[in-house]
Amino acid sequence: MAVVTSGPTQLELRGVSKSFGGVQAVSRVSVDVPKGQILSIIGPNGAGKTTLLNCISSVFHPETGTIVLEGQDLTRLSPARVAGRGVARTFQNIALFRGMTVVDNLMLGRHIHMKNGVFRSMLYWGPGRREEVEHRRVVEDIIDFLEIEAIRKRPVGSLPYGLQKRVELGRALALHPKVLLLDEPMGGTNHEEKEDMARFILDVNDEWGTTIILIEHDMGVVMDISQRVIVLDLGEKIAEGTPAEVKAHPQVIKAYLGTKASV
Amino acid sequence: MPEMTLPQFLLKNAREHPTASALREKEKGIWQEWSWADYLGHVRAFALGLVSLGFGRDDKLAILSDNRPQVYAAMVAAQVVGGIPVPVFQDAIAREIQYVIDHADATIVFAEDQEQVDKILELKGSLPKVAKLIYEDPKGLRHYADPLLMSLEKLEELGRKLDGERPGLFEELVRSTKSHDVALICYTSGTTGAPKGAMISHANLVSAIQGILEVEHYGRTDQMLAYLPPAWIGDTFWSLAGSLIVGCTVNCPERPETVLENLREIGPHFMIAPPRIWENLVSTVQIKMADASWAKRRLYTWLMPAGEEAARRAMEKRPLSLRLRILHALGEFLVFAPLRDQLGFRRTRYAYTGGAPLGPEIFLFFRSLGINLKQVYGQTEAGGVSCVQRDGDIKLGTVGKPFPNTEVRLTETGEVISRSPCVFVGYYKNPEATIATLRDGWLYSGDAALFDQDGHLIVIDRAKDVTALADSTKFAPQFIENKLKFSPYIKEAVAVGQDRPYVGAMVNIDMENVGKWAERRQIAYTTYTDLAQKTEVYDLIAEEVERVNRDLPDGTRINKYVLLHKELDPDDEEVTRTRKVRRGFVAKKYADIIEALYSEARSVGVIAVITYQDGRQATVRTELAIRQVGAARELAGV
Repeated sequence: MAVVTSGPTQLELRGVSKSFGGVQAVSRVSVDVPKGQILSIIGPNGAGKTTLLNCISSVFHPETGTIVLEGQDLTRLSPARVAGRGVARTFQNIALFRGMTVVDNLMLGRHIHMKNGVFRSMLYWGPGRREEVEHRRVVEDIIDFLEIEAIRKRPVGSLPYGLQKRVELGRALALHPKVLLLDEPMGGTNHEEKEDMARFILDVNDEWGTTIILIEHDMGVVMDISQRVIVLDLGEKIAEGTPAEVKAHPQVIKAYLGTKASV
Repeated sequence: MPEMTLPQFLLKNAREHPTASALREKEKGIWQEWSWADYLGHVRAFALGLVSLGFGRDDKLAILSDNRPQVYAAMVAAQVVGGIPVPVFQDAIAREIQYVIDHADATIVFAEDQEQVDKILELKGSLPKVAKLIYEDPKGLRHYADPLLMSLEKLEELGRKLDGERPGLFEELVRSTKSHDVALICYTSGTTGAPKGAMISHANLVSAIQGILEVEHYGRTDQMLAYLPPAWIGDTFWSLAGSLIVGCTVNCPERPETVLENLREIGPHFMIAPPRIWENLVSTVQIKMADASWAKRRLYTWLMPAGEEAARRAMEKRPLSLRLRILHALGEFLVFAPLRDQLGFRRTRYAYTGGAPLGPEIFLFFRSLGINLKQVYGQTEAGGVSCVQRDGDIKLGTVGKPFPNTEVRLTETGEVISRSPCVFVGYYKNPEATIATLRDGWLYSGDAALFDQDGHLIVIDRAKDVTALADSTKFAPQFIENKLKFSPYIKEAVAVGQDRPYVGAMVNIDMENVGKWAERRQIAYTTYTDLAQKTEVYDLIAEEVERVNRDLPDGTRINKYVLLHKELDPDDEEVTRTRKVRRGFVAKKYADIIEALYSEARSVGVIAVITYQDGRQATVRTELAIRQVGAARELAGV
């Protein structure tokens, strides 16, 4: 149902490896992600999915390999720099400021684009104010887009889990990212919230052409919304292709569905 | 003025007050405004766009949208070209939407956004007459390639182009609209049978508004909030016709979920709401009070009775004692005025309740707060409203008196019939129903009522719903249900008992409020069904039922009740879109449960089929406890 708009490669992973102690979490993974694609990463628990996302967003630096976004090497940059280059993400366990309102959380997502220093921003008048208004406009666009007007002024901690997930997506979108990394965006949500989230992911991709890489356990969702799927097992990429191809791949059935069936 | 049509009123407003605000909508956190000149500009572009598409006289434009300025512009635009707008309940399920659009022979559909567009595209195969689908919000629709689709922007562009080519065409079209033209087809979601399309003319709407203007005072600077489904006559009556005729401003909320917040921001001067909304507002206040500080709670419980007593005496036209006067003044200062402000009723001159009867406790509650809540009564078929309680002449339990231009009588069987210039043209493509409803110029309402000694109309129930127990004690189910619904913990109730030994009740708990109540008591629950079947919740509702029973005549007290496993839902056809219980259907669907209310059983098993919004179905199996009122609690538990 998603529209295939595979342009030139935007994000390129070459032989990315990362280990923790003796455990090889990610092992020589290479992926080319075309601009505007929705790519899902699947695999059993401990397959290295989140680690791979963490490498892309520079939470960890890979031991070997390179990560290149539009010709620029991200491999050794700090997470803030990577965000500045247009990579935004959400987390498996929601990472928002629970005591702050939805609007304030989203405004923080604009932080990377704020140019005025502390002192100028503290002044009510002048460029600080103009900038604040401009960012608020962007944030209001996102609130409108995600249909969260009714909770705009609510502290995030008081919201149901599914809505917090949506706000977190909003915070990532506030960055106006080129690449959006979503770590289990539907984890822990109910059926209706899942459908909503799937629709928003497709809409983001559709509206802004954002490249989206997501980790998801719900196979139904993965098959529905992704244009391409890669499968990790024990840190290695064991399969790659369209959802239909991946579903039929014998190694996938063995590693992924097979282990599940034997539990 | 009675000769004028709604488009002509628009032209007049735009000429006389071009910069005054006509419509507002909160979008992206800011109230965006259309002046009367803007309103006219959009209608002009929309109407001429319709002409470009070949839409003309007697063609129907179906509208599927929440309240947006564009909705009202679309309605007027269709009228300009001699066409007829047909608003459809935007949250109706696919089958209902298909029925209305197809039955109305709509050739163009105006849809708000992707959600509504998807519904229509899915139904495309069974909507052969629809030739164009206009959408307002392009979000998510960028890659839709269906030839049916056209954006509102594109339509308006076509219209502006035609306007450039043929200047004066629009004015000519507006001039040629006639007051006896059908201005609107409103499909009434009857409690029985398929919906019927009531054809309402410009003259009907204009006369109905004139009727209310003879007794109430609206002004051009008045603000109102348009938040009820545009397919309900209660919305179009004020938001479309009222606003165009009076020249006041219509405000559209940001989203359906932000209505209460937006209500407070706008502070409307008059407002209509069905009982459901007033019931929710009472619950909101009660829950907020339960969570308030000790001092606030004390003030509230101390002064509310004074407000109530004052309101009662005002209605009975009795003077206040000095003590009551002092208490009431104190209450006004400390409780009533702040609460009115909190709710958004600080400027409200008239608050109306209509569409279904409102429980007297709820009515009195708002009057105690100093809100001028009044009962109105009418039918879609009478152009909306035809009776209103007059200021200074409010009586509990009545719907007031007819407008000066409306004659109301009772038939020998006690059915309300009325005659006025507001009475509709007839049902679209349904002459049998028209003949049954419209006889010798009289409109037969199907409501059972009586007049009191002062000429106030008292509506008892739907004529066919007033019923009797096996010992022929008469009772009106709605009366009992409204008393139950006063409780913040009860959302909906169905009273049964026809030809039975006693009255039984099926109750829907209010998930939000009962949920909060359970949280405060550390009662763990998972789903609606689980919460409803907690013994503690049964105890809680027992108190509410006993309270209701104290006010009921001996023979018609509730003897047994059951808390239902799911909310009654229009998608399951149990209630209409305007939340009236469809008794016949409910009685059939819940026959097992009703049977259990009249047996010795202490519980009843149910397998319920639930219809999701997308039409899929699922089954739920569960056991519901039956509780006898006043029975020892330990006996009645699950």
